[in-house]
Amino acid sequence: MSGPRLLDGPDPLMGPERFAAHARRLGPLPKGGHALIDLLVHTGLTGRGGAGFPVGIKWKAVAAASRGGAVVIVNGAEGEPHSKKDRVLMTSRPHLILDGALLAAAAVHAKQVVIYIGEGHHAALRSMTEAISERSEQERRLMRIVTAPARYVAGDSSATVHLVDAGIATPTTTPPPPRERGVGGAATLVQNVETLAHVALVARTGTATGTVLITVAGAVRAPGVFEVSLGTPLGEAVQLAGGPSEAARAVLLGGYFGRWVEVADAWSLPIDPHGLRERGLSLGCGVIGVLPARQCPVCEVAGIMRYLASESSAQCGPCFFGLRALADACTRIAERGTDAGDLQRLLRWSGEVQGRGACKHPDGAVMFLQSAMKTFGDDFAHHPAHLRRSA
Amino acid sequence: MNKKLELVVDRIKCDGRGLCAEILPEMIRLDSWGYPIVTPGPIPEHLTGLAQRAVDDCPVLAIALRRAATQHQRQKGT
Repeated sequence: MSGPRLLDGPDPLMGPERFAAHARRLGPLPKGGHALIDLLVHTGLTGRGGAGFPVGIKWKAVAAASRGGAVVIVNGAEGEPHSKKDRVLMTSRPHLILDGALLAAAAVHAKQVVIYIGEGHHAALRSMTEAISERSEQERRLMRIVTAPARYVAGDSSATVHLVDAGIATPTTTPPPPRERGVGGAATLVQNVETLAHVALVARTGTATGTVLITVAGAVRAPGVFEVSLGTPLGEAVQLAGGPSEAARAVLLGGYFGRWVEVADAWSLPIDPHGLRERGLSLGCGVIGVLPARQCPVCEVAGIMRYLASESSAQCGPCFFGLRALADACTRIAERGTDAGDLQRLLRWSGEVQGRGACKHPDGAVMFLQSAMKTFGDDFAHHPAHLRRSA
Repeated sequence: MNKKLELVVDRIKCDGRGLCAEILPEMIRLDSWGYPIVTPGPIPEHLTGLAQRAVDDCPVLAIALRRAATQHQRQKGT
């Protein structure tokens, strides 16, 4: 498979590719419409924001509910702490994203394209703003940029709709999902920026791109964003980042809603949504985090649980109180050592919290914790007290 | 058309007042923080009256009856 890739062309670090260069390199934007939806179903492209929902199926649902007034939200919130791939794409290939967004708007009969970018992503905001200004007046009239607060839940699809509608980036109760009733009650397609960039290439070539953007973070020599072919072994991807910078203990696959894998099992895993799903894993938003052996996994997990608890939008009781209780119990084990009661509570509370939020934030956090307790079972069972040094 | 009903909680509206669990303990228990955990699936015939009372008496209108959903919808909604 050697079709065009997202990061073909000039070095991504050189900044945004201008519209003239983009059009010269890839040719004009082809017509999309319903044939493109069929092509997306056929090529099996899945969303790259984390949930991995099939793109063609989502577009079909929005087109069916559209009645000519649908909305497309281009999701560049990128609230995942270690993920950088959406920002790399927005700052280097803004016109691929806009191409995909315009194709989506035509296919689902949308009258508005809202480009939703995390407020702290200054270079991405600049790049996308400039890119819009290079487009035709007709295209410019469709598009506008909205900035999202730097919160973990701000990228949830119902939260993007809530912000555009009411200025509040918190999730809302579903069903109905945004694809049926979103911005102003209209059918709304919420699609990650990388996904739309893939669409821009698929529409031109008629075939799947066969690549995915990943962010390799943690204990590697040269952390960064890489585009790899689907099916690439995880160990090879880590080598692209210079390989482990020290002895590694485990890999967190898919960001903070992801799963832990011991290094012995990790390097041969294929970076491919289907192959990973068969193993009960997910690529999520594409973050591959390498945990060094000298770092205590229990303390690491407690820190991430505290972060996820603090990122609850505090709307649903089980998430707000439950995640806080889980994070506190993890922190007690991390600071004071293993306690049988706390281990019991972690198991019981995990079960009570799961599936009981308006959005998937509590579920993501609980699955992360359950994976950690399984992978680091011995560490959780025999954790020493990490006494603080006195001054 | 399925005439069976099930209970659905709006997690954002729910304040954890706990009246529903007092009225219908057969199907609703409270978690460690006082928020309702509803037994999924259709409500048995003999409990429909109490289920309706649990819905009517919720001070924040967070619980509702709806036609029992398919497995797929149930995973998303409760």
